[in-house]
Amino acid sequence: MVLNSNDMVHLALLSFFKGLIVLGIMLFHAAYTVYAERKIIGRIQSRLGPREVGPYGLLQPLADLVKLLTKEDILPKEADRFLFKLAPLLLLVTTIVNLSVIPFYPDFIIADVHVGILVILAFAGLGVYGVILGGYASGSKYSLLGGLRSAAQMLSYEIPLTVSLAGVILAAESFRLGDIVEAQANSLFGMNLFPQVIGFLVFLICAFAETNRAPFDLPEAESELVAGYMTEYSGFRMGLFFLGEYISMYVMALLISLCYLGGWSLPPWMLSLLPILKEIPPVLILLVKVYFFIFLFIWVRATFPRYRFDQLMRLSWKVLIPLSFLNLLIVMFFKLLT
Amino acid sequence: MGTLLPFLIFAALVLGMGISMLVGNRILALRKPSTEKLIPYECGIDPSGDTKIPFRVKFYLIALIFLIFDVEIVFLYPWAVVFEELSWFGFVEIFIFVVLLLVAFVYALLEGGLKWE
Repeated sequence: MVLNSNDMVHLALLSFFKGLIVLGIMLFHAAYTVYAERKIIGRIQSRLGPREVGPYGLLQPLADLVKLLTKEDILPKEADRFLFKLAPLLLLVTTIVNLSVIPFYPDFIIADVHVGILVILAFAGLGVYGVILGGYASGSKYSLLGGLRSAAQMLSYEIPLTVSLAGVILAAESFRLGDIVEAQANSLFGMNLFPQVIGFLVFLICAFAETNRAPFDLPEAESELVAGYMTEYSGFRMGLFFLGEYISMYVMALLISLCYLGGWSLPPWMLSLLPILKEIPPVLILLVKVYFFIFLFIWVRATFPRYRFDQLMRLSWKVLIPLSFLNLLIVMFFKLLT
Repeated sequence: MGTLLPFLIFAALVLGMGISMLVGNRILALRKPSTEKLIPYECGIDPSGDTKIPFRVKFYLIALIFLIFDVEIVFLYPWAVVFEELSWFGFVEIFIFVVLLLVAFVYALLEGGLKWE
């Protein structure tokens, strides 16, 4: 595509405002997911959760923000100053930038690249650097070990994740997330979940590991490593790591809804059964799916105990990787026979 | 160009947001460093020895085995996009390819490359 300077300015302004909208919505969601998490886990454990700040504690995220902004930012003396400052920003940018290739509904996407999935995988790979640099640069034993474990964990779970995604790409024959959603809407079952149940489950488990969430939150295993790679971070630098984690939950929830549950589309059989469902705006359908996964992330954290490191490695290499290849085989047969 | 520019703008926005939050933190927060505060955390006692401790060679092994699979995926992805055209031929080809790489993986497993005891 050849663009003259006028088009360029137009495009730049358009994507600037789109970016602001996406960023604003995402920050709001991340802040309130922290609130929702505390509230839901509170209820599960027969507590009330936050309730002092504002009605039902709804202003708690704001209070947290103010608290984080006014906390002292400590630079430990053993730290590698440059890398220490770089790591949280690197993790934040590599996480949030993924949102630019994710479509929120048919025409709303910041950068409509045709290799959307590849971009997301590439940035997931780069995100590992944020964690390992943060651990190394802190100059603390806990941080170093936490960073290393985290890197090993993210690498190990990236393989089953990518192989199960290969099944999705195979079904749609495209890397564009928009095409993948469309291919699902036109397919036999209306979503990839059906021939690919195994792939879906593998992806779901890997999503928990990639976002460092419980039961795979070993990088920050409080009982053994204090807070892993975040041990030496304080003030808003720690806040950035935190923000990155919550936004990566959304990236994973969006990805799994788009790749396996048909994104903003509903399966054709459901539409012919209940024609009224056609009236629901597509964004709402996607949102419901995403919120379901976010709730699942929180629910699982409140339910399962943490894995031990050797169990974690065994699960990935000896269970999930073979299963993800099995899934690929099933998808191939399904595609060849239909 | 049509997709790179929006992407770069979004990345710049995110970076700007992160930096502005850190700047806000710097303006609003008190900074009173003291020697005790700046030493690395080790359960409240003075840190012993070097903080850059050696770590297990297993971490390197994980990275090495990861490479096998990464190469595999590099070939798997473009293949997945043209699968319909290749049909059974593509199926057999990728089957042989995956099996060859799985041999290396099984060998690593049998040698105990992934044992964490």
